[in-house]
Amino acid sequence: MQSEHIFKQYDAELEAVRAKVLEMGALVEQQIVDALEALINANPKLAKTVIKKDHLVNALEVQVDEDCSHIIARRQPTAGDLRMVLMMIKTITDLERIGDEATKIARFALKTYETDRAWSPRFAEIKAMANLTRDMLHMALDAFARSEVTQVLEIAHMDEEVDAQYQMTIRQLITFMLEDPRTITMALEVLFMSKAIERIGDHAKNISEYVVYMVKGKDVRHISMEKMEQETALD
Amino acid sequence: MIKPTTPIKAESRNLNFFYNGGNHALKSVSMPLYENKITALIGPSGCGKSTFLRCFNRMHDLYPGNKYQGEIVMHPDNTNILEQGVDPIEVRMRISMVFQKPNPFPKSIYENVAYGLRVRGENNKRMLDDKVEEALKGAALWNEAKDRLQDLAFNLSGGQQQRLCIARALATDPEIMLFDEPTSALDPIATANIEELMSELKQKLTILVVTHNMQQAARVSDYTAYMYLGELMEYDDTNTIFTRPSRKETEDYITGKFG
Repeated sequence: MQSEHIFKQYDAELEAVRAKVLEMGALVEQQIVDALEALINANPKLAKTVIKKDHLVNALEVQVDEDCSHIIARRQPTAGDLRMVLMMIKTITDLERIGDEATKIARFALKTYETDRAWSPRFAEIKAMANLTRDMLHMALDAFARSEVTQVLEIAHMDEEVDAQYQMTIRQLITFMLEDPRTITMALEVLFMSKAIERIGDHAKNISEYVVYMVKGKDVRHISMEKMEQETALD
Repeated sequence: MIKPTTPIKAESRNLNFFYNGGNHALKSVSMPLYENKITALIGPSGCGKSTFLRCFNRMHDLYPGNKYQGEIVMHPDNTNILEQGVDPIEVRMRISMVFQKPNPFPKSIYENVAYGLRVRGENNKRMLDDKVEEALKGAALWNEAKDRLQDLAFNLSGGQQQRLCIARALATDPEIMLFDEPTSALDPIATANIEELMSELKQKLTILVVTHNMQQAARVSDYTAYMYLGELMEYDDTNTIFTRPSRKETEDYITGKFG
């Protein structure tokens, strides 16, 4: 996909959309970082900023969608170009949802610190899980930027780790709730937030799978780890 | 992916072709034409796709000094149509051709379609009437032409003339039909009509089409072959060629990065 089109304007158009997807990715990544920062360090101002900035993510989604539909209508992309356009259309949906999950975390941060609570949760475990999903997203976007599939397998393994941590968090929260029913409200909120973080991991994994489709033309969604290992192996 | 069970109607085996003067225009091309499927040949100008197509009805025989090597075998009878003893006229009855520009004869619509049958020696009026009607219907021209069968063919529009040429080709009940850039002289509506017609025709026969219009190949064909400098670079089912071709050369050509 390195070589150029005879029609240079086509290259410029593809590159412009690609840059927008990466911009959206960087923005979403920052939203996660800020939302977690707001949560862990009790920063309601930052939480509000995250909530306010969600519309920027949404606006980029709409723009990229429109740009891609123009390219399809006017250029009839094929092969690698087609796969890249399809990949970008799908990627921005996942990015937009990650943006929504970041907003959820920010909302939770506001709630936690603005009201007088009987019980305050510990965020250490959640932080580890959140960092893992943020890394996954970063790696997936990096794979897209470089058109490389080498990190995809690692992202899939990280997603398994995130799922395991999520299960652990649920078990912990159940224990809290059984011990003291006054923690139920807060525990449920933490549960929803953990779910939001876990979903970020799923979306990041999806994006990394689209990268494989873009680069190699192979669909690695919903397949076993062994199969993915084969499909992402270097030719 | 190509299903191995699809029957093959014809195939070229190590086909080489030399133009008078020595130009080696086809280099060991081996390729199947699957029965009741449309195969498209794409590639830049001078890549040999039209040369390849024309081998199928021995058109190169019309010029002295041209030389074939290898075979084009028709199934199920396993006839090698390039063999010395095989009559090119007989080949052209089984494999007919439609050209880039509509080229009706300077005769009436009726006589254009009846021509191939008359050459065969068919003179029975009722038989001819039936065949002409059938062929015109097959080429989706009957409704427009039935009240003006004795009009000169040149009075038809470009798209209608091309359908008339298809009707003329259909009249002899060919097994394979060759299309050499069939719509490059037509407007988009006439093009859509011809493409629709091609996908109807494949119920009855096998089609090989040369096109410069990649989107046309993508729209109408079941299989696509990419040729370059006389060689068959890649052959696969059309979905694969247009979504994940295996060769970089093919990818560069179909995405417009060639050269």
